[in-house]
Amino acid sequence: MNENTSTSTTELDRPYVADKPAVRETDDELRARIPGWGADLDPADRPAVPRERYAPEVTGAHWEFPDRQPEPYPRERSIEHGMLTPVFGTVAPLHGVSGAIRRYAYRYSEGRAAHWLLLIAGDRVDSFGAHVKSLATLHPDNPVTETGVLSEVRRHGWSSRVRSRRVDRSHTWIDPILVAGPWVATGVVAVMLARKAVALARR
Amino acid sequence: MKAMVYRGPYKIRVEEKDIPRIEHPNDAIIRVTKAAICGSDLHLYHGLMPDTRVGMTFGHEFIGVVHEVGPSVENLAVGDRVMVPFNIYCGSCYFCARGLYSNCHNVNPNATAVGGIYGYSHTCGGYDGGQAEYVRVPFADVGPSVIPDWLDDEDALLMTDALATGYFGAQLGDIRHGDTVVVLGAGPVGLYAAKSAWLMGAGRVIVIDHLEYRLAKAREFAHAETIDFAEHDDIVVTMKRTTDNLGADVVIDAVGAEADGNFTQHLTGAKLKLQGGSPIALNWAIDGVRKGGTVSVMGAYGPIFSAVKFGDAMNKGLTLRMNQCPVKRQWPRLLEHIRNGYLKPSDIVTHRLPLEAIGEGYHMFSAKLDGCIKTIITMDAA
Ligand SMILES: NC(=O)c1ccc[n+]([C@@H]2O[C@H](COP(=O)([O-])OP(=O)(O)OC[C@H]3O[C@@H](n4cnc5c(N)ncnc54)[C@H](O)[C@@H]3O)[C@@H](O)[C@H]2O)c1
Ligand SMILES: [Zn+2]
Ligand SMILES: [Zn+2]
Repeated sequence: MNENTSTSTTELDRPYVADKPAVRETDDELRARIPGWGADLDPADRPAVPRERYAPEVTGAHWEFPDRQPEPYPRERSIEHGMLTPVFGTVAPLHGVSGAIRRYAYRYSEGRAAHWLLLIAGDRVDSFGAHVKSLATLHPDNPVTETGVLSEVRRHGWSSRVRSRRVDRSHTWIDPILVAGPWVATGVVAVMLARKAVALARR
Repeated sequence: MKAMVYRGPYKIRVEEKDIPRIEHPNDAIIRVTKAAICGSDLHLYHGLMPDTRVGMTFGHEFIGVVHEVGPSVENLAVGDRVMVPFNIYCGSCYFCARGLYSNCHNVNPNATAVGGIYGYSHTCGGYDGGQAEYVRVPFADVGPSVIPDWLDDEDALLMTDALATGYFGAQLGDIRHGDTVVVLGAGPVGLYAAKSAWLMGAGRVIVIDHLEYRLAKAREFAHAETIDFAEHDDIVVTMKRTTDNLGADVVIDAVGAEADGNFTQHLTGAKLKLQGGSPIALNWAIDGVRKGGTVSVMGAYGPIFSAVKFGDAMNKGLTLRMNQCPVKRQWPRLLEHIRNGYLKPSDIVTHRLPLEAIGEGYHMFSAKLDGCIKTIITMDAA
């Protein structure tokens, strides 16, 4: 017989035979090493079990359906909803161009990519508009103090990264481009247009 | 009042805002004493969550003191010291009646696929959050609880999300006596999930990340074995080799949309937003778990499609379980565990900052600088 067939002592045979892997530590060892080991051992006695436990009486709600909060302005909503929910957030109501894009997005269900992609487009228009507008106020957006980038110095940005093998180093360079890129691009375009205008005026 | 305000991707600042008003008879206004920054806030900060509007205040982990109550509030009084679950929920809809507090149907007009969350974009209802001096808390009779006298502030604060979520993640893994549990991600959620896996009788707990300082915390705080995936060419093979080629019985994804480890996935998912997040860790979970095993997903993903390895999940007969954590359902048991000394949530707190320094807090946590694991914003110190 070929002696190579008896390989039962190598670790490689484990899933190819019926036995479970041997326990590494006994329950007593685990209990001694880890405070509380096994305190929730019984799967039926865990707070998330059973999955859908019908218990409306434990929530603290003392209404069958909540009072309705007033709707101070027409509140946008998912077309998957049958009605406006009785309670909703009222921060940052839709406004301007970003508001129009977002309102349009709400014509599509949450199942449509158009819904989400339009919302993201609205987000970018919103923040771009807010930055531009802030330049005309006493509190313009400040890319140095408001990106937390100063903490690179105070919080050891260099040594947190170089002394480590962490894999996010492969894309750390992208963030400054994502943040500053649109501004630099806008600036370059503005300068180019200004030069063209000056050249045209001189001609 | 002072509040953290979103200005656009990677940009936040502290602004003066009006103190929120009672808008519904069951509202309360809470004066925040402590808030925290969650891994989920990073998805907003990076502009990953659709309908995140300029002017919104983030923050869904906070505790405070009741400042004002609406006319129908029965369970809270002005002056009560309260902790507030990150979920906003009515307590009476179809889903709340069945314990699915994170899936409430009465609080989020903007989407039906997610419930209400404080300071978490309009896609989660358009509510301001608690990284501010005051916050509006809807359904004051349902969500908040008075903090027991013996519980300290930081532990209470961590109960409002991270701790409850880690514990919930371990439960969704349906861990059985002696199971091998792999936790992907050694952030607050992953650390608490690893610790909780032992409570449920795991025989081995292995935590995987690429940040050595967090893995050190996993060994010390969560008594776990650790693997640094930066040291392994193919982490799925490593996961198999360390589990007798079987694969883990349970894998918990505590990473979510901004996972690292695959440049293309990270670029398209987290940076360019062409996917609803980069499902690297989720795919590792699917491929690293054993056939017939369970993947519990606590990591958050955006609402658009992601390149998930669904075929492997199907062929392997996996059980995939996930949800936003219904926080308050976990509280009674978590309080017992804290009281018994099994859990000490605040052991993972690394930084405490005043509200003025919150920009620094976000950047430090996002870039994982200075050994940052969990940052607490202290209002009264401001
Ligand atoms: N389901 C819920 O109710 C709920 C609640 C809170 C947080 N979350 C989500 O949980 C996730 C974790 O939150 P957190 O506060 O711990 O965040 P965190 O950013 O501190 O932790 C994430 C960790 O994952 C690590 N990581 C990155 N790529 C990895 C990979 N491929 N494999 C293994 N580890 C990897 C990171 O280095 C980091 O340590 C986030 O997505 C957050 O949105 C969900
Ligand atoms: Zn969170
Ligand atoms: Zn509800």
